[in-house]
Amino acid sequence: MNQNILNGILLDEKTELTLLELCSACSIAEEWIIELVEEGALEPFNLQSIGKQHTQWLFTVDCLQKVRTAKRLQRDLNINLEGIALVLNLLEQIDTLETKLRCLEIS
Amino acid sequence: MDFKDYYETLGVQKDASQGEIKRAYKKLARKYHPDVSKEADAEIRFKALGEAYQVLKDPEKRTAYDQLGSNYQAGQDFNPPPNWDAGFEFNGGDSAGSADYSEFFESIFGQGFGSTQGGHKQRTYNASGEDHHAKVLIDLEDAYLGATRSVTLQSPEIDSSGHIVNKQRTLKIKIPKGVKQGQHIRLNGQGSPGMGSATAGDLYLIIEFNPHSIYRIDGKDVYIDLPLAPWEAALGANVKVPTPAGAVDMKIAAGTPSGRKLRLKGRGIPSKDPGDLYVITKLTVPLADSDTAKNLYQKMQEELAYNPRSKLGV
Repeated sequence: MNQNILNGILLDEKTELTLLELCSACSIAEEWIIELVEEGALEPFNLQSIGKQHTQWLFTVDCLQKVRTAKRLQRDLNINLEGIALVLNLLEQIDTLETKLRCLEIS
Repeated sequence: MDFKDYYETLGVQKDASQGEIKRAYKKLARKYHPDVSKEADAEIRFKALGEAYQVLKDPEKRTAYDQLGSNYQAGQDFNPPPNWDAGFEFNGGDSAGSADYSEFFESIFGQGFGSTQGGHKQRTYNASGEDHHAKVLIDLEDAYLGATRSVTLQSPEIDSSGHIVNKQRTLKIKIPKGVKQGQHIRLNGQGSPGMGSATAGDLYLIIEFNPHSIYRIDGKDVYIDLPLAPWEAALGANVKVPTPAGAVDMKIAAGTPSGRKLRLKGRGIPSKDPGDLYVITKLTVPLADSDTAKNLYQKMQEELAYNPRSKLGV
């Protein structure tokens, strides 16, 4: 048991992840993320970089969850990229609606 | 060890066709996929489905399971008879050694199942450890004040003899002030240890808030319902409002209706650009449960010409 208190790094909305960092954090191949971007399921926030070198792409932290979800959807349900893009989109909408609902408490 | 009824898990009859089994699995897998389902036990259900399908989709495994399980009920204590799998030849498969399957599954289809499966491959190579992800549940107050949380992680590791063991470790982690739902904390080098001389992976902790009895959270903003007495709403008042950082005084203007959204700027989750606390007024009406209360209500009824339904035209 480790008794030391660990200080992590908070990845907030200002944190930028490179393609490489995103791949390593999600244990996934670069090519697959490139495909997700090409499908429009995922977007680097510096949009002007899309046509350029992949090393210039920068992602926000919420892409971490998206890529991991995408990976599981493909692995577990055998969904193709178009389907994944759609599911991610719908999940985001549901999340927004549920938060709104909770705040208004119309449950 | 409990016997698992894989037919029951998939909701099919024992004589279901392979097609029926596939359809049942696909349907339930979509329903209980942890990324899609909101059910609390989705992850467990999804794993159970995967295990059941792993066995029933494979005619060889299904036959073996049927032969073995014909006398058992779900949940019944189960011990596989010695050498029960003699006569079956399985082609290895991807199941052995996975930490994701139940003890029951492992005892039948796990390591050593069938005779074609070789021993453990012992290789030495260098590979960076995998990054791990785990959820941490915190209270809203922790985001206002910061906190320390113990997180227990289970990770499959390969021991010296090549077996996969589930190793438990507990880490004490500082939760910084200002964290929000869904944010990540990265702990460098706390993921899986690297193989050989390679570096260990990182640990990503995803912040989730426990539901709160009085506050609701939307990103960096926080919502609270504030009950008001009719006279406070009608005449105006100074009332105390709780916030996760302690109570504050708030002025309620005369004539405040129920359902009004009042903003306490910067009283949401703190950070350089803090969120706001939204106070939603809720008029509550005292019961006429004493003579005094009854008299007061009757007096209002007689002396106030008030029709709450005037806008409805009645």
